[in-house]
Amino acid sequence: MTMLPPEPTKKLGLVIDLDICVGCHACAVNCKEWNTGGYGNALSDQDAYGSEPSGAWLNRIHSFEAVPMDAQGTPQPSDARIVHFPKSCLHCDDAPCVTVCPTGASYKRAEDGIVLVNEDHCIGCGLCAWSCAYGAREMDRASGVMKKCTLCVDRIYNENLPVEDREPACVKSCPANARHFGDLADPSSDVSVMVASRGGFDLMPEQGNKPVNKYLPPRTKTSRCASQTRDDEVPDLVSLAQNNQSTGILGWLDRTLDAIS
Amino acid sequence: MHPASSVIFFTTASGAGFGIMSWLCVAILMGHYTLTPHTIVMGVIGLVLAGAGLLSSTLHLGNPQRAWRAVSQWRTSWLSREGILAVLTCLNFAGILALYLTSGVVLPWMAGSCLVLSLLTIIATAMIYAQIKPVPRWHTKLTVLCYLGFSTSTGMAVIASVSPTRYHVYLAFGGLVLAWVFKLLWWQRASRTSLSHDGSTTATATGLTGFSSVKLFEKPHMTQNYLMTEMVFEIGRKHAARLRQIALLAGGLLPFICLGLAIMTGQTAGFVMLSCVMHLIGVGVERWLFFAEAEHVVALYYGKS
Repeated sequence: MTMLPPEPTKKLGLVIDLDICVGCHACAVNCKEWNTGGYGNALSDQDAYGSEPSGAWLNRIHSFEAVPMDAQGTPQPSDARIVHFPKSCLHCDDAPCVTVCPTGASYKRAEDGIVLVNEDHCIGCGLCAWSCAYGAREMDRASGVMKKCTLCVDRIYNENLPVEDREPACVKSCPANARHFGDLADPSSDVSVMVASRGGFDLMPEQGNKPVNKYLPPRTKTSRCASQTRDDEVPDLVSLAQNNQSTGILGWLDRTLDAIS
Repeated sequence: MHPASSVIFFTTASGAGFGIMSWLCVAILMGHYTLTPHTIVMGVIGLVLAGAGLLSSTLHLGNPQRAWRAVSQWRTSWLSREGILAVLTCLNFAGILALYLTSGVVLPWMAGSCLVLSLLTIIATAMIYAQIKPVPRWHTKLTVLCYLGFSTSTGMAVIASVSPTRYHVYLAFGGLVLAWVFKLLWWQRASRTSLSHDGSTTATATGLTGFSSVKLFEKPHMTQNYLMTEMVFEIGRKHAARLRQIALLAGGLLPFICLGLAIMTGQTAGFVMLSCVMHLIGVGVERWLFFAEAEHVVALYYGKS
């Protein structure tokens, strides 16, 4: 049924910390690994060992260059930073990918707000992917059905797994702890506290989809690293390297070798 | 957006088919209670065009054998509504033809319901595109007017080709002008509708709004993916301006001149047939551009701004 359920009392989702993500792509790889053998059809690749490989992925990491500005709004290009940006389904409250579906294959669960595709009913028309502003859905070229993040619905409720493994594969595999999983409808949950204290935000709020997943902003650099003080405080590395201050036996060896040559 | 040839053929052909059915129903409602061999030929052409278009539309599906499931979600889905309305329109129209051929009776109420269903089908087709907010150039009521305009203009062009009466040629002329007025308005809006029409930028897409600039440094992968081939389609976009000229020339100006000559010289049949063929070709090119020129906000994640 492609009508959206009443607002769920439980909204499971992810909180992704853009300050911490190092862009290692481990979450994407583990996502592909788990989901190719988990829920629904395998996540296929085309021309996997050829010159133009492609395939369906439910999580992809883009990297952006962000130039900060000072209080007056002047760009600070010497402080430009790389922000690694993982992107997967945001399990929106007002998910247009659900309502546009002609067959009822695309649905949002009333009990926890997870957006899923019933792959046995999906005709592969692609309209849900068009309706998603975030590019969270990808057609599987082998099975002809739409694939998307399931929030690892086959892990988080899986009683065959140890309790500590009952979280999405991407969260479990993140080596930097940049990804968090929890109930964003519960204001006392860890993820909600994190969002409130760090100023968590929605992606493209102007599209009106009310995403459940939240992102945490990169922290501002401390003034010590700001461009106006850097030249004074950072030692001159070149002269430091040339100035031989070594002592002891290594220092003697260094000076002797210099003298010989 | 990727211009799938099956979808271009579908919207052009079934648009013309439903246009033909609409006009024939209007004729019946205006008191033409007898169907001539000419009108029956037109009606059959309408059904064939609509049916061929619908069949073609299933070709772009990943699992066409399940297409029947698409009739279930009429409460929320324009694609579902379109499927149901298209089938009902064709059944209703086939009923009108069958009743006439078997008993010589034409019931105006059947034409009335068929006209309403047919126009709703065209609107539903247009709404599949007009509802997509992430594609700012599609997300306008003008899209619906364009589809209605070209459906009725191509429908009347076919009718006038089969039966080039003075009345039909005038209507084809009027329909052609009206359809292109809508399309030129649409193009004008499209030219000033950027990817950030609704405020979406690379900064809002990533939430990095506190920075002076945000640009893509590295894509997630080196080669193409579904999102890029389907929604960040760019092949041939450099020819867009030239193709617009071709669409306008073949689909608008030349048919306009042909129909004008037909009206002035009275040598109708050849000119009207020629104008119909060119108009359909031009609308096909216009439909290709409708997809190829449309930008999706997901492109913001792939370096567009």
